[in-house]
Amino acid sequence: MTFSKLLIANRGEIAVRIIRTARELGLRTVLAASEPDATSYAAELADEVEVIGPAAAGKSYLNTEAVLGAATATGCDAVHPGYGFLSENAAFARAVADAGMTWIGPDAGAIELMGDKSRARQAAEDAGVPTFRGSHGSLSPDDDAAAIAAEVGYPLVVKASAGGGGRGIRLVTAPEELESTLAMARAEAQGAFGDPSVYLEQFVSAARHVEVQILGDGEHVIHLGDRDCSLQRRQQKVVEEAPAPGLPEPVRTKILSSSIELGKLCSYRGLGTVEFLYDPVSHEAAFIEMNTRLQVEHPVTEMITGLDLVREQILVARDGVLRLSQQDVTFTGHAFEFRVNAEDPASNFLPSPGTLSRLDWPGGPGIRVDSGVVTGSVVAPFYDSLLAKLIVWDSRREDTIVRSLRALGEVRIEGVKTTLPLLQAVLARSEVRDIVHSTKFIESTPDLLGVTS
Amino acid sequence: MADILSPLPGIFYRKPAPDKEPFASEGDRIEAGQAIGMVEIMKQFSEVRSEVSGTLERFAVEDAGAVNPGDVIAVVAES
Repeated sequence: MTFSKLLIANRGEIAVRIIRTARELGLRTVLAASEPDATSYAAELADEVEVIGPAAAGKSYLNTEAVLGAATATGCDAVHPGYGFLSENAAFARAVADAGMTWIGPDAGAIELMGDKSRARQAAEDAGVPTFRGSHGSLSPDDDAAAIAAEVGYPLVVKASAGGGGRGIRLVTAPEELESTLAMARAEAQGAFGDPSVYLEQFVSAARHVEVQILGDGEHVIHLGDRDCSLQRRQQKVVEEAPAPGLPEPVRTKILSSSIELGKLCSYRGLGTVEFLYDPVSHEAAFIEMNTRLQVEHPVTEMITGLDLVREQILVARDGVLRLSQQDVTFTGHAFEFRVNAEDPASNFLPSPGTLSRLDWPGGPGIRVDSGVVTGSVVAPFYDSLLAKLIVWDSRREDTIVRSLRALGEVRIEGVKTTLPLLQAVLARSEVRDIVHSTKFIESTPDLLGVTS
Repeated sequence: MADILSPLPGIFYRKPAPDKEPFASEGDRIEAGQAIGMVEIMKQFSEVRSEVSGTLERFAVEDAGAVNPGDVIAVVAES
């Protein structure tokens, strides 16, 4: 469906990122902004700004009526949700389509399917995606939980069907804890997500987080390679890279091909990410969840494929067909992404809002900066602490590490505290160079927490 | 009268979650150390507590309103 004016229902670096591609495609852009964001860098770049409400996200960026109203009032005929906020809200996706506008993302049905983690797991199994041992779908109250748990084996995790992103997960180490943990997990899931459904899954102690980028048009689905996002703190990704290093080729082939099958099974249209845990001891990879949106770490895939993922995402929403085939996608070199957050690693990552009095980014070959701020920008206390992403490419992983250390050393940010010292310290670790780290690495390495510049 | 001040910049919430009861309401008896709301700064939440016991006279900030450090959030009549 053709369109010419795009509403961007987001803020910060991803709003800037989307405006850039939209402009190259000849689209007019309208930024839906909260009151304090009406003078942001993204607002400066957009063709128009429509204020949708006060600072609190619940009254602005998460207010579906206000966002839809802004799109209508400004004559937009397409909506890009970015990531977070309303990007995986099926009701909003449906409302956009019902209003006659193009939703830049998969249809509401696919968002709903993947939003229900136990249904998503079942779909993955049906598509031949490897999964960890677990209950088939949600546990019903009549199920013999003890028998199912014994089959899965201990330790295991109880997961909320409506959870995701690391939320709503409880560990059970022995059979006698099962009943009480199940009761607690159901109550918590009801409280947190409004749905008490839970399911069981095998526990993996030291795994890496790998994921596959897919792109589909509802009929054809291709992959754009894999990424590794094992360097995390409190379930939040800190450093990402592509391709995923140290993955045996049969495992890589399996996750790539089965992710395509999962996309085909749910007639997937647009960009999506299939996430896996990889156990480096057993060499098994298994499905965690699928994200039905553009991902924060998409630039590392862009660096090794030479593609603009936002462009492909917008074009498939407009034209309805993929213009790329699998043979058109090639992979060159290695890329890292570093998330620069306004938090103070020396004070237990206390948020650090303020005004950026100095902001110098690195340059040179293979360097890209996706920033939501410029010198003089106010970093408001109301939203996520992500300021910018530094993305670095070189031909081999070891060279990319050297170049990244050089680039991180050139960054100068004054006015707020940032996570730069953590990023530098992580990259200097031999465990990361030798690929023996897991998703627990940062939090289990005291030297990395409380690091000062 | 004692003012309860915001320790941080961010968003003040009167409820622990949108579908939960408020921490406290105007006219309530408050004990020293009791939470009367919370401030969200960059997705991290900190409870706001009263340093004195007494009656919660009034809130000076609306629910989900923006606050700066030192802003008066609520007023307590000590007793």
